[in-house]
Amino acid sequence: MAGYFNELFSGTKSLAIGLRITIKECFKPVVTLQYPHESLVMTPRYRGHIELVGDAETGETKCIVCGMCQRACPSGCITVKGEKREGVKGKVLTVYQLDFTKCSLCGQCVESCKPGAIDFSHEYNLASTRKEDFIFDLVKRLKDKS
Amino acid sequence: MNEVIRLVIYLVAIIAFAALNAAYLVWVERKGAGHIQRRIGPKEVGPYGLLQPLADGAKLMSKQILIPRGVDVPLFMIAPVLAMVPAIMSFVTIPFSETLVARDINIGLLMIFAFASVNIMALLLGGWASRNKYAVISATRAVSQNVSYEIPMLITVITIVMISGSMNLNEIVMQQTNILKWYIWPWTGNFLGPISFLLFFTCSLAETNRAPFDLGEAESELIAGFHTEYAGMGFGMFFMGEYANIVIGCSLITILFLGGWQCPFGLFPGIHWFLIKLYALCWTFVWIRWTYPRTTLWGLLNLSWKYLIPISLVNLILTAGLLKVM
Repeated sequence: MAGYFNELFSGTKSLAIGLRITIKECFKPVVTLQYPHESLVMTPRYRGHIELVGDAETGETKCIVCGMCQRACPSGCITVKGEKREGVKGKVLTVYQLDFTKCSLCGQCVESCKPGAIDFSHEYNLASTRKEDFIFDLVKRLKDKS
Repeated sequence: MNEVIRLVIYLVAIIAFAALNAAYLVWVERKGAGHIQRRIGPKEVGPYGLLQPLADGAKLMSKQILIPRGVDVPLFMIAPVLAMVPAIMSFVTIPFSETLVARDINIGLLMIFAFASVNIMALLLGGWASRNKYAVISATRAVSQNVSYEIPMLITVITIVMISGSMNLNEIVMQQTNILKWYIWPWTGNFLGPISFLLFFTCSLAETNRAPFDLGEAESELIAGFHTEYAGMGFGMFFMGEYANIVIGCSLITILFLGGWQCPFGLFPGIHWFLIKLYALCWTFVWIRWTYPRTTLWGLLNLSWKYLIPISLVNLILTAGLLKVM
């Protein structure tokens, strides 16, 4: 019989404690971010899709068209093309295409790049109804940026 | 003729009141849930999301009513109506203020409980007619739950009726002229006082199938329970019936224990006091829903048979004794 009443009282007490906790939370400020209206600043190490890094002084690409990233990519989503130009040492980058539909963000390309010409972008607003929207022209992206 | 016009006006007003309450209690529910979980809740449609219920209603009404193959069509169609009509009917005897009552009948309390039990019939029919195993399981759960919770609820009501000596809701309210005369207090004759109030409150939570007693529509196990197969306004009717029942339950608690439209200090009684008490209780329903997890079926039945029924019976006997002495 004592057990019966103990259970009743301890049960009621714990229910009251629960109610007290939720009503306290109810009047605390909201912690969620109202996404389309406000957004977070991405952390420096956020890994979005890759992008070409411009030289700090000239803004030109650091890419030497060695093709290591293209080789390192396990999904084959990188296409790099370059050409020899009169009076310029080495090759000049003409095409850097990323097929993001296949990319798994493994980062092998970034690791394999000796001159440090590619890095992860902080892009995360990526949604589209068309597949073609995810084939990025990174050379154009770098130009738009600089 | 005047009497007919008066009834029509009351009917329209009651349906509007029930629908408006259903719509805006959903808003309160979602806002409450949001803030308890430190979110905002609806905010995009209108200021503070206040037009959200209208958008939801328009969506529900414009949806097709699907009738799956193999359902019992007449019962399937009747069930949502049966869920809604008793809830509306119960409003007829509720005294919103001294004069604002559609039909001031002597057995108003009995009538409300009679209609409240028809509501369970709707759940059972809806679940049974759906030809869906989850719906049937849910319907059986809802029935066993309602049967076991109606007993302590009615015993508590008998206690109050013994004290007041009347089943006329308006008369019960008129006896509770100020806060000290509310039937929640032991010195009015209700021996266990606030405990019987809590008991009645718990029972009305269970009777309206609200969390933590929402076993009937346990989303994680039974999809949506008895209204799994209902689309569009079929579901909408169940939903409105459910919220109308919450309003009825809260009105009854207000009338039986908290003095209805009477002011706590005996000044300016009227509909505003009724609404204040009503919505405070409705908020408590929401608050409770977002605090407690769902009980198990045996936990639910244990609570009723091992705690609520014995306590309410003890209260009945002690109250009878107290009234004899007083």
